[in-house]
Amino acid sequence: MDPTPFPEVARWRAFPLLCLAGILLLGLLLSVMVGSVSVAPREVMRALFASGTDAQDPAVAVVRYIRLPRAILAGMVGAALALAGLGFQAISRNPLADPAVLGVSSGASFGVTIATLLGLAGPFGNPAVVTLFAFAGALLAAVSVYAIAQVEGRLPITTLLLSGVIIGLFFTSCVMLITALLAAAELQGVVFWLMGNLAPVGRRTLAILAITLAIGVLVLSRHASRLNLLALGEEQALQLGVEAERVKRAVFVASALITGAAISTAGSIAFVGLIVPHAARLLLGPDNRRLVPASVLLGAAFLMLADLVARSVMAPAELPVGVITSFCGAPLFVYLLRSRQGGEAL
Amino acid sequence: MSVVEVQGVVFRYRTGRGVEDVSFQVSPGELLGVVGPNSAGKSTLLRLLSKVMAPQRGRILIEGRDIALLSRVALARQVAVLPQEFHVAFPFRVAEVVLMGRYPHAAGTWRVTHDGTKGRAVALAALQATGTAHLANRRVDELSGGERQLVSLARALAQEASILLLDEPTAHLDLRHQGIVLSILLAHHRERRGTTILVSHDLNLAAEHCDRLLLIAGGRILTAGRPEEVITPRNLEPAYGCPVTVERHPISGRPRVQGILNQRVLPGIAWQHSSDVREAGRS
Repeated sequence: MDPTPFPEVARWRAFPLLCLAGILLLGLLLSVMVGSVSVAPREVMRALFASGTDAQDPAVAVVRYIRLPRAILAGMVGAALALAGLGFQAISRNPLADPAVLGVSSGASFGVTIATLLGLAGPFGNPAVVTLFAFAGALLAAVSVYAIAQVEGRLPITTLLLSGVIIGLFFTSCVMLITALLAAAELQGVVFWLMGNLAPVGRRTLAILAITLAIGVLVLSRHASRLNLLALGEEQALQLGVEAERVKRAVFVASALITGAAISTAGSIAFVGLIVPHAARLLLGPDNRRLVPASVLLGAAFLMLADLVARSVMAPAELPVGVITSFCGAPLFVYLLRSRQGGEAL
Repeated sequence: MSVVEVQGVVFRYRTGRGVEDVSFQVSPGELLGVVGPNSAGKSTLLRLLSKVMAPQRGRILIEGRDIALLSRVALARQVAVLPQEFHVAFPFRVAEVVLMGRYPHAAGTWRVTHDGTKGRAVALAALQATGTAHLANRRVDELSGGERQLVSLARALAQEASILLLDEPTAHLDLRHQGIVLSILLAHHRERRGTTILVSHDLNLAAEHCDRLLLIAGGRILTAGRPEEVITPRNLEPAYGCPVTVERHPISGRPRVQGILNQRVLPGIAWQHSSDVREAGRS
């Protein structure tokens, strides 16, 4: 007989995940349809799946070579940032953690500008090297923030947020210092990138982003149930048999890695890592085994739609997508900070 | 053979406190109380026994095996801890939290099946044993302090370990919930013939229920023995630094202790424990 008190946890709740996948597909469809030239759904299907269509057809060209790559880029960056946010939240046991709030994004930006200064970035540079620099910067920032915030082995939310702000400001200043040293030609590229944008990138860059995202998903899925136990506190997780240090380190490095990859391709886009895991938690509860796939799907859908809004509201002018995410994220942050859940955690 | 054997264990914090050369044994089925003043080393001892920290010298054997050589998961199958405080960072539900107690029995590399049929049956039994089955779908952060401690207890029972370590199990509870938690713990101890170590600064609680007491102060064991041997003014006064009277409980005949307030001791400071002060500040 099935024990009755477990309806909530007994079933693997696949249905909400399927819904999220549906939302993602819908977002993708909308992203390729809407723009300066609208493309009807039937045209979209033709452009995507018909073989041997001539490149002269404007609908095919717009969908295949402009909007679809951009939507895919937005989706992957959104998924990466959401997953990084989920990882940082699980190990700091706080729903307010986010790569931008923790200053990790600034660290990654710092890495990218260093790479630019050394002449490794730009159209002739190797995107893998730039990602590596961004990863190193993200890791440096994250390690500093956690080292500063730690009080007797705990991470109180006040010191965590303050040290995030301080480290973020410090690395932003470093970025400004380096941009002052850059030549005019490089400067333009860096400033454009810093604002956070989803301009077209090369295939190699996309591939690197995809690989890092896959590593992130793998690491977080592997440790998802252990991250659940970490919510009881580090001491209790240890007493239940979880190698807490090892789990935290793995998730920490993976989160920094995917933050670095996202920032180096799309610049600084704030609050995705805050909004998406929060929304996923509202939909599916706090079990990380469900939150990992949910954050990936929802993060991808969210940034695609945010980008759609960013390029439509003032068309033909285009807003940086970071503006949209911040307009959504800042109020949510304030709400979480004032609510019991965020303010009293730890 | 003893279930738990602590041999010459030393652990010093950077601040200097900790435990100094502690040795004792616990027999199977025994209910051992560890008592002593604040910062005597009680919590340190509990952390060492559950491998949260490793001793700097000496060793700890559980059923003859050195826990330093045991994996955390294997240890968690033998030793469960009921923590003093229980806060869950995210809005998990009671059933999910109790199922976390099944982790050591199902830890795999990729997927943990701790909510499989067996795990759910054990978790349900633990919920029923603690009278919290009706809370199964409630969020832990919405429960009262008493309910939360019962859920924490269910989580520890779901671990099905033969050794139970209790860290001030009734410290933050009202009278009624103290009674409920104690009766569940004692019933569990008797039925399972498990071994229980109770760490508490509540001398009367420990004297009333434990088979044997360890009195520790300054990181060292001062006395060990049956409650009536340990709970005497001669043992307690140097440990606590204040005069006490000891009498017999009218019903159980166990020793009962009370501090004496006099002019030399500032009111409320000598034996008001920090947790009591915190509680008073909250209300």
